Amino acid sequence: MRFARLLSLKNMKRKPARTAALVLLAAFLSLSIFGGSLVITSLQNGLRSYEARLGADIVAVPYQARAKGTFESILLQGIPGMFYMDEQYYEKIKTIDGVERAAPQFYLASTSSGCCSVAVQIIGFDPEQDFTVQPWIRDSYADTLGDGDIVVGSDLTIPKNGTLTFYNTQCRIVAQLDKTGTGLDTAVYTNMNTIKQMMKNAESLGFSYFADVDPDHAVSSVMIKVADGYDVSEVTGDINVHVRHIEAEQTTSMISGIADGLSNVSRIVGGLTVMIWVLAIVILVIAFAMISHERAKEFAILRVMGASQRMVSRLLLTESALISLIGATLGVALAALILVPFSGAISTALDLPYLMPEVGAIVALAAGALALSVLAGSLTAAVSAYRISKKEAGLILREGA
Amino acid sequence: MDLRAEGVSRRYFRQGKGRNFFFAVQETDLTLPAGNLIEITGRSGSGKSTLLNMLAGLLEPTTGRVLLDGTDLYALDDGKRSILRNRSIGVIPQGQTGLHSLTVLENVKLPSLMYDRQPCSDERAEALLERVGIAHLRDVYPNELSGGEMRRLAIARALVMDPGVLLADEPTGDLDDENTHAVLSLLRQCADGGKAVLLVTHEREAAQYAHAVYTMSGGILTAADQG
Repeated sequence: MRFARLLSLKNMKRKPARTAALVLLAAFLSLSIFGGSLVITSLQNGLRSYEARLGADIVAVPYQARAKGTFESILLQGIPGMFYMDEQYYEKIKTIDGVERAAPQFYLASTSSGCCSVAVQIIGFDPEQDFTVQPWIRDSYADTLGDGDIVVGSDLTIPKNGTLTFYNTQCRIVAQLDKTGTGLDTAVYTNMNTIKQMMKNAESLGFSYFADVDPDHAVSSVMIKVADGYDVSEVTGDINVHVRHIEAEQTTSMISGIADGLSNVSRIVGGLTVMIWVLAIVILVIAFAMISHERAKEFAILRVMGASQRMVSRLLLTESALISLIGATLGVALAALILVPFSGAISTALDLPYLMPEVGAIVALAAGALALSVLAGSLTAAVSAYRISKKEAGLILREGA
Repeated sequence: MDLRAEGVSRRYFRQGKGRNFFFAVQETDLTLPAGNLIEITGRSGSGKSTLLNMLAGLLEPTTGRVLLDGTDLYALDDGKRSILRNRSIGVIPQGQTGLHSLTVLENVKLPSLMYDRQPCSDERAEALLERVGIAHLRDVYPNELSGGEMRRLAIARALVMDPGVLLADEPTGDLDDENTHAVLSLLRQCADGGKAVLLVTHEREAAQYAHAVYTMSGGILTAADQG
């Protein structure tokens, strides 16, 4: 084994161009498989997280907000937005047969002017009615949110004094939520009293977002849970029939659009990965076949010195395994360097929920990609190694002398 | 250590119609006794190298057997035969046979790294290089060596395991007179030191170093002269 390792390393060192070309091919293998699987896993995580955060069976928003896609922009891209409807719609929804729970939410967008610390989406909820936000907040904060308390998304930077000001309302940050990979990571959550206080302050500061809205009798969306035994699509239809000017939509259908996007991206990433693998493996097989042909005399000389056929095969396999290992490590490192720091940019570019897995899962994916690439690289050399092992050294010497 | 060929022959197949095979070596008997230098001479393609490769355990004979101190080389599996070759048979092949990724010193030490836990020391390898006159080239790579230097490297490498048998295929192929005599003297010294040495060559002067000379023609070996 020492002999194979020593000679492999020497061969690689003395043929830097050949080694570099093979290392590059192996790097492509691992980069594509690790990069591709990390992107797809992150998209799947994002979808799961998005579904979980919605936490309702049906979401009802003003018709215009749905038509303009404002609600999706808030959820997916974190673009602050506002839309309102009269509270009476919320009351009507509650009366629809099959609605077990209905929780209003109130959206406010802060500004980047002096009255606000940062321009974000502020989401107000009624702690008495809410069943979608508080389960998540409880993971980070066990108490009920008091007036002036806020919980912030994972992407917001918490100032040293632990407070943020929105429309001159100073709020105490009591917790920060886990990452979701959606636009909600930049949102701020608070109770209805606090957000309505902000709204009044905004009006007195001259912001006219609410000209047609009575803040005391307005809501932005209603999150709905359907009672057991009722069909969600039927309840959604009933709401749309009986409550005018609003649009109710099943969260599963909101997610199916994202799932379609994820499936498209997965297909493209998967297709590219397969293409790269087929191409790289074909090139590697040809390269090793050419190398072993070119080195037939060298292998015969080793046989002359007493190397067995198995030893010579092992030499070629060790060399290909070392090259594959170096290349695969570089490929994985490069993919990690691109994908981990730039996950935000990738999420924006894909316009889909994108949540990187935990470090342990990333390491497992990297290890898998590394193992698979080394195995593939070694197998490509195995064909040549087998051919060499079957050829008599005396014949090679006779042909090549 | 004696090496003996008993009725060895080697048949090759040709592509094409008609009689599609020929014998590179007809059934041949040959004994290489310890302490003797045996020379085989003959034209190119006469079967000399084929016979040498069969004796080295590198080319399986079509018929016959090769015995090393009574052990039939081709009755062993490749692994055992390779170990036996590594330890007991030093082969100097034709042509340029230095491994280009290793220095001269590393080339010489290489056979000792294959199976032995204690590889040959630098001192022993250097002593062998000294003996063949290229000690000053120990850190040079083979592509920087002349034909004569390369041949000396192959001799030093063949001797590193101190084998009982030495098989040299055209070891003086492209050497000048001075180098030719140096190499032939070295081979004779090996024989005088107790090794069984086979020299396959075109070189006329080689006969004076040999204990026995054979001629190979059309795959048939005949005794030519006695040294």
